[in-house]
Amino acid sequence: MSLDFDSARLNNSHLTAEHEEWRAQLRRFFDREVIPFADQWDEDGALPDELWPKAAAVGILGLGYPEEFGGVSEGIDIWHKNILNEELARIAVGGLSATLMVHGIGLPPVLNFASEAIKQEVAPPVLAGTKRISLAITEPGAGSDVAHLTTTARLDGDHYVVNGSKTYITGGMNANWFTTAVRTGGEGAGGVSALLIPADLEGVSRTALDKKQGWWCSDTATIYFDNVRVPAANLVGQENRGFSVIMTNFNAERLAMSASMEAFSRVCLEDAVNWGRERKTFGQRLADHQVIRHKIAEMKQRINSTQCYLNQICAEVQAGREYAGDIALLKVQSSQTMEFCAREAMQILGGMGYMRGNRVERIYREVRVNAIGGGSEEIMRDLAARQYGL
Amino acid sequence: MKILVAVKRVVDYNVKVRPKSDGSDVDLANVKMSINPFCEIAVEEAVRLAEKGLATEVVAVSVGPKQAQEQLRTALALGADRAVLVETDESLEPLAIAKCLKAVCDAESPDIILMGKQAIDGDNNQTGQMLSALLDCSQATFASELTLDGGKAVVIREVDGGLQTLELSLPAIVTSDLRLNEPRYASLPNIMKAKRKSLDVKTPDDLGVSIAPRVTLLGVELPAERQAGIKVDDVAMLVDKLKNEAKVIS
Ligand SMILES: Cc1cc2nc3c(=O)[nH]c(=O)nc-3n(C[C@H](O)[C@H](O)[C@H](O)COP(=O)(O)OP(=O)(O)OC[C@H]3O[C@@H](n4cnc5c(N)ncnc54)[C@H](O)[C@@H]3O)c2cc1C
Ligand SMILES: Cc1cc2nc3c(=O)[nH]c(=O)nc-3n(C[C@H](O)[C@H](O)[C@H](O)COP(=O)(O)OP(=O)(O)OC[C@H]3O[C@@H](n4cnc5c(N)ncnc54)[C@H](O)[C@@H]3O)c2cc1C
Repeated sequence: MSLDFDSARLNNSHLTAEHEEWRAQLRRFFDREVIPFADQWDEDGALPDELWPKAAAVGILGLGYPEEFGGVSEGIDIWHKNILNEELARIAVGGLSATLMVHGIGLPPVLNFASEAIKQEVAPPVLAGTKRISLAITEPGAGSDVAHLTTTARLDGDHYVVNGSKTYITGGMNANWFTTAVRTGGEGAGGVSALLIPADLEGVSRTALDKKQGWWCSDTATIYFDNVRVPAANLVGQENRGFSVIMTNFNAERLAMSASMEAFSRVCLEDAVNWGRERKTFGQRLADHQVIRHKIAEMKQRINSTQCYLNQICAEVQAGREYAGDIALLKVQSSQTMEFCAREAMQILGGMGYMRGNRVERIYREVRVNAIGGGSEEIMRDLAARQYGL
Repeated sequence: MKILVAVKRVVDYNVKVRPKSDGSDVDLANVKMSINPFCEIAVEEAVRLAEKGLATEVVAVSVGPKQAQEQLRTALALGADRAVLVETDESLEPLAIAKCLKAVCDAESPDIILMGKQAIDGDNNQTGQMLSALLDCSQATFASELTLDGGKAVVIREVDGGLQTLELSLPAIVTSDLRLNEPRYASLPNIMKAKRKSLDVKTPDDLGVSIAPRVTLLGVELPAERQAGIKVDDVAMLVDKLKNEAKVIS
């Protein structure tokens, strides 16, 4: 037992030799192809385009998607996905996984609800890393309150005419398609549809939101739709049933974020422990001061409980049981653990931690986007209370 | 053409090894283990020959504990066709491994045997050479390039001061240097497929090989910590120190 990234992971009896092999290959890939450059990519505010096809070749982009579209699904379970999210978190550049894996929120609605022709057009190039897809739900006037979005899509012959705007869209500057939530009917959730909008249609324009607290290497965009004519065949699911399309997507996103936040916390633990063992103040190692020992023990305590919660929920999901309320609270548990560990690790690193170029500093600035995006902590608790019938 | 490629399970290259507290050996408890990097290069080379249509079968062989199956699975995921584990928990010296490999070669009759030039655990750099002697076949160590030409193998080796080209008749042993190739990443589909490839387990007894150790390990200790250096004022002082303190000149 020790406190480095790997040994701070509690034993998980679901893992097999193939899972470990997947972890080993991912680690090799990231250690050689990504980690030496990732901090600079973040500073530069962009990721190299080659990263997508490289990640596709290893099986990262296709993980869990149907084989007929170039994915890998045979024998794949939720633990393979968690391992990927953990290894991505170990890079400690939050915007990298958010952008590279953004098809994880944009593509499933298409695969689950769009027509066969659309799936054939979109899924293979996305999984091969040659084209990209983003999810566009949030609007300047509707974030948490998805049901009140105001982007409209009016049916005109065999096309929808779309007007409105979306904001904070991850991958938005480089996406080829947007899986977009639009209003096709009356007010509220019952008037929402999901529509796949190609980015190159006339009337689509975008601007970069390039000064963010974190996710620097991620292209976040505001998208404007000005009388955009979208083929009606691009409807994802049934008209006015888009709200459930969006909601089914959220559970997987929140689980993935939770796995990643748990691993971010372990990176903080590892770096804090290494520094604590090395740095001396008042004639002792930091790790010998009781105050510091307690900080580290408490980080581990919270990481342990997050892992147990995560693994319990994942085992349930693997068995086909998905409880939105428990998943929502898992996301809160994970973001609070990440927040605590980032804070304490930063504190232990002292002035050194405040300097750019270390993993803890990078993770520290990614806490909030995890606590807000994909459903904020407040909204998660609210959802859970409703799910529990309070 | 059949290729046999040897794969060793060793401490991962990222791990900082430490002696056990009693100094009896290196402490390997709960330490991450991986495929020896030079063996990985050998596997890659074998797989490339197969992909070029120059080899018909690649068989990965390991001698080691049951867990060495993990490294064989890695070799299978990288593209080997099947695997053989000679399973033993005994500590293994190069000669013992070479004898086990010889027995496997006798059964498999490979045309080329690809191995790492050394394993990063003991850094012995002996097994390939010993196997060549036992099989009485040609060998080329420290290979940085391998081509097959008719019934011959042409190997470029890295030697002090340059490159040496050897032409070998088959069967032959080739041990890989660092620059032979850059191994690929096993993709997820190939990891999943590796599960279904065959992995035979034998014991040294099955092969009729004695692996009894011939070397006694007396102790393991960390290298002495380096003292901080000093600046000398002039050449006279340097000569004095070399003569009287370091005692390297007289
Ligand atoms: C970097 C980044 C990337 C993003 N990527 C995407 C993307 O790819 N696609 C996409 O569609 N969206 C994306 N988002 C948007 C994200 O999902 C929203 O920011 C999030 O849903 C919150 O919405 P909001 O920002 O409008 O905040 P608001 O909804 O205005 O909420 C502000 C605060 O009020 C709280 N609050 C709101 N309502 C209640 C209530 N009823 N009770 C209690 N508290 C409440 C919230 O918890 C929050 O703390 C991204 C956001 C960021 C920052
Ligand atoms: C942006 C910036 C500007 C600065 N400007 C100045 C400046 O103008 N002039 C200047 O002189 N300095 C400056 N500093 C340095 C600053 O004062 C130090 O960073 C601070 O005193 C902490 O020291 P440290 O970074 O060496 O951390 P350390 O002393 O190594 O402490 C690391 C952590 O261990 C904790 N710790 C240490 N000892 C104990 C103990 N006995 N018990 C419990 N916990 C302990 C500390 O609270 C801290 O959390 C600056 C620092 C920064 C980041």
